[in-house]
Order: sequence, then structure tokens, then C-alpha cells
Amino acid sequence: MSGLKIIKSGLLSTIQDGGRLGYQQYGVPVSGVMDFYAYRLANYLVGNAEEDAVIEVTMMGFAAEFLQDTVIAVTGGDLTPTLNGRPIGMWETVFVVPGDKLAFQRVKTGCRCYVAIAGGIAVPKVMGSRSTYLRGGFGGHEGRALRNGDELKIGKRKNKIEMLRDRSLADQAMEYPSAIILRVVPGPQEEAFTNEGIRDFYSGVYKVTMDSDRMGFRLEGKKITHRNKSEIISDGVAMGAIQVPGQGQPILMMADRQTSGGYPKIGNVVTSDLPKLAQAKPGDTLRFQKITVEEAEEAFGRMEKKLNQMKKTLSNGKNMLNPMEEKPDWNGDVKEEKPVNHKKEPPKLKEDLSSREKPTPEKNKVPLKPGQRKFIVRINEKEYTVLLENREKE
Amino acid sequence: MVGKIDYKSAGDHALVAEFGNEISKAINDQVRGLSYLLENEPVKGIVETVPTYRSLMIHYNPLIIDQMSLIAELKKREEKLENLELPPPMVTEIPTLYGGEYGPDLEDVANHAGMTEGEVIKIHSSGEYLIYMLGFTPGFPYLGGMDSRIAAPRLKNPRRRIDKGSVGIADKQTGIYSLDSPGGWKLIGWTPVSLFEPGAEKPFLLKAGDYIKFRPINQDEYEKIRQAIEAGRNKWKTYPKKTEKGSM
Repeated sequence: MSGLKIIKSGLLSTIQDGGRLGYQQYGVPVSGVMDFYAYRLANYLVGNAEEDAVIEVTMMGFAAEFLQDTVIAVTGGDLTPTLNGRPIGMWETVFVVPGDKLAFQRVKTGCRCYVAIAGGIAVPKVMGSRSTYLRGGFGGHEGRALRNGDELKIGKRKNKIEMLRDRSLADQAMEYPSAIILRVVPGPQEEAFTNEGIRDFYSGVYKVTMDSDRMGFRLEGKKITHRNKSEIISDGVAMGAIQVPGQGQPILMMADRQTSGGYPKIGNVVTSDLPKLAQAKPGDTLRFQKITVEEAEEAFGRMEKKLNQMKKTLSNGKNMLNPMEEKPDWNGDVKEEKPVNHKKEPPKLKEDLSSREKPTPEKNKVPLKPGQRKFIVRINEKEYTVLLENREKE
Repeated sequence: MVGKIDYKSAGDHALVAEFGNEISKAINDQVRGLSYLLENEPVKGIVETVPTYRSLMIHYNPLIIDQMSLIAELKKREEKLENLELPPPMVTEIPTLYGGEYGPDLEDVANHAGMTEGEVIKIHSSGEYLIYMLGFTPGFPYLGGMDSRIAAPRLKNPRRRIDKGSVGIADKQTGIYSLDSPGGWKLIGWTPVSLFEPGAEKPFLLKAGDYIKFRPINQDEYEKIRQAIEAGRNKWKTYPKKTEKGSM
């Protein structure tokens, strides 16, 4: 037996990867993960390729049993993951053995989380991607959401399992407030709206309605008035596009969006804010702030640089980023509304589940000092944690 | 003639190159021209392009090229559009079984047009229809050029499920359902040809900028084609469009 078995499918759980690119000209939505930041960190942690497939779990109810030894990482919204009923840390590697049950209890922050497994979920690629496109009924696992009893295969692991021990990016975890400020680049049809409509959009507070899914989020707030017609001749739709149909309430276009649409778009949420947006759930509030393309490019460049640094650090065998390192500034000049009680907790349970199989060496629970590196070495079936001073300055 | 191209931001990873604000073949030809040009003289950083009625959406990787540089690269190529020699568009023949249980609304369309079902079929299958764009669902063609004499309003109560392959009319448009989906188009026929096969090596039958032509078939022919398709043999014809010169 290998892979994992779905015990409870939960609200909506699908296989996703970086998306299906190159087929939008034929009308095929990109699909893929909603939150690319959490997705990439999950894959980095378990040593996967950046484009490996993961499970996107929505809000609650998902449970799965592992049928083999492997390493997983859960990132994204905090849906209170547990293993065999005990809380596990997010944004870090967790070792699992056959029979272990992963489950999610309730929504603490965000809306969806990512379960990456070393080797990636092995489903066939359809048009170059493993992403599930629900409406089209293809990709992922049999073109549909996961169901109770489904068994999934896992791909070949790229690293020795011990390489993945104690990996954590918890200090790089994104926070998902329920009052979200999103930066927007205006266009391509800002001119379709009255000055008042544009002003209302950028000053208003918009609530995410229940009528929201992977295709788009329907919002409710101040009505945005159109100058003349509320329809355009259909043109392309990018991820994060803000369409405003005739009734004046915006729709944010997300991963499963149509490739083209006939409503004017007042603006587009910037790429570096998409992960935050992806985690918005019904009831959360959104506010919008206009910025230039250049500012958006700069913000995305900074985020990407940080992501690459994390990837590099982990692939060099260093299992934690320097804790003293400055936290990246995702928000540029935007003042973030801090959610109440969202103090970042340290990774909770640090019990290493593989310890049931073999004795683990003494663990260093003290945070690394600046310039220190941590190594795990394995000699004669025994593992040792080694701390090294960093030679080069980062 | 190539008019001024309007470049519009669609966020920090997509750009719209807009050629006009109407549905016309001349404008769509320009969209096709730019799409063709970028296939042959790619700009580094472009991920994919999406032709629509009157614009080309360019999805790009902002880490490779920023928007301003992308626009500069596109402007450099603009003048080449003037004298671009486009290959002739292809016409794909769509064998269609009209009326009866396959086209439950044919009678309605005929009544609305004040003609016989046979006349509707004759008109519908006589023209070559330009595929302005694909979208709405994978492989669904937005077709132009239907004779307005057979135009008919959408159903008041959309059907919950329309089988893929259904040929329909909605106002002045005609189209073919590429997936089983709900819809409000009036259905006049059905084709055994599949517009979209997700698992196939070539998943799509049609491409924006090409043409289709409906060919009426009878029940026998329909069965033969259906069996041939099931056996994996192509049973539809594709040929270069004749009357049009390749250049714009």
C-alpha cells in the first residue's frame, strides 16, 4: 500500500498545481492553486519541484489517512490541522507513518490550505497540468473534487527523507487578516466608470459574499456607477481582475475564471496581493488602494526574491531561515490592518512522529542565533544535529 | 490597414492590446495578425496570448519583462503588421444533423423566421463562419457572419443541460456547445464531431481566426461518422479558405 486515502472529502478539496498555461486562447481557464505563496512554500519544505501538485483544502472537514511513510507540510490558511487528533505545526515539515490521520478541525485564519507531500500528488497531467478544473471536469483526480474513499498516489521523493527533518518556514508564514487591503492597478476599462464610481470603489468597504468560489468572489458594498453601458465586447480576463456588472457590485476573478468576459474591469489586484485575496472567505472585508504598475512590479519583485531565497536556503540543506532576518515587507507602503488576536504562535507541537520508529537525537529547540546554520547528519543509522556558524553574511 | 493600437494595463502580469471597439472582421484580422506575429517573433517573457473579438490579451511574466518594456517591444513590431503575410485561414467542416430530436428548436426558429425548416437549414449551412474567439467554455467558438434572417431570441427558460455537440442560435449568433453545460441557445442540430478532447494530443478542433462551415447530413451519415470517430478515424474535412487573400 502506498499513497494516501481520503477519509472525508470536506467542503471542497482538489488537486492543484501552478496552473494550466498556454490554453487560454482555446477558452481553457488556468485553474491552479488560489494562493501561490503558500503553495510554493509547501513544496519547498518537502523538497518538491515548484510545480508539483498538492491538495487544496477549503475551510473544513477534510481528513486523510497515509498509507506509507512520507513527509508533509501544511501551509496557507490556519484550518487547525491535526495528526491523529493532535495539533501539528504549519509551514514546517511533519513526518508521517502508515495509519496516521491528517484532519482539519475549524477555520482559524484564511480560507484554504495546502497539503504538500514529498514527491507530489501523482495524477496524470492534462494539457500540461495536474490542476483540477471542476466545471470542465478534467485534470486533478478524475476531473473532480476529492471524495471519500479516493486513493491518491504519491510521486517519487526527490530528497533523502532525513534531509527534510526539522524544516520550517514558520517565520515566513503569511498572515491572513479578515479585513484585507488590496492594491490595485487601474484598467483596462477604468474609463467605463464615472468619477464618482471610481471614488466609491477606492473608498468603500466590500464584503465577500457567500456567492464566492474558485472562479470568483462576488462582493457587496457601495454601488459602483458606470458611465454608459455596463457591458463591453468580451475581452481577456487576468487573475485578480475586478469586473463590475450592471448592478454595480464587483466580482473578483480568481483561479477558475473564464478566459474572457463581457463586463468592464475597473482594475486588477496586484500579483503580490493575490495570496492574501485568495484566502478571503465569506464575511471578510476588502478595501482597495490604487497603485501604479511600476509599484506593483516592484512589490512582486521583492516577494519573488524572498521566495527564491527560501528555496535556495532549503535546497542548500539549511533547514531554517535565519530567525533574526528581517521579515519581508509584502505590503509596500500600505498600512496593514492587524487582525485581532493574530499573534503568531510558535510552531505548536514539535513531537516528531517518526520518533516512534527510531530514536531521534536530541533536538535543538533554541532558535538559531544569527549566522548559525543547522544540519542533520546521519551516521550509522543515527542522526545528529549539527550547528555551524555561517561563513558568509546573508 | 492597421489602426492605432491601444495598450491597456490589466494588472501587473497582463496587458491588453486593443485594436478597436466593435465586432468586425477587419479588427479581428488585426488581432490575429499580432497573435501570429508574436508566435513567429516572440517577445521574451510572454507566457501566452488570448485573442478576443477586438483585442489580444498578453499574459506575461513580470520578472522577465516589465510592462513598459513589453509595450516598447510590441511597438517595435507594430509596423510589421502593415505588410504581414498571414497564412490563409482554415475552414473546418462540421457535419450536422439538423432538426428532430437533435435540433428540438429548429421548428421554433423556422416559425420565427417565417420560413420552412429546410430553408433555415439551407441558410445556416451555406455560409462560412469566422471564429472570432474561443471561450466561455473550452473550445466554444464565438462565430460571426450568420444570416440575420434566421436570427432567433434565446430561450426564456434556459435548459439545465445541453449535450456537447449541440448547434444553436442565440440572437444573431450561432455556435456549437463544446462541453455539456446549461444554456439558453435555441438548438437546431447536433454534430458528432468533438470540439474538445481534454486527453487528446490535439485537444482542440478549432482556432480563433479560422472558419467553420456546417454541412447537413442525414441519420445514416451521422451514424457512419459517429462510428468512425469512435474508432479514432477523423471524419471531418479541413481546407484552406479560398476566396480570401492571406494579407491584411
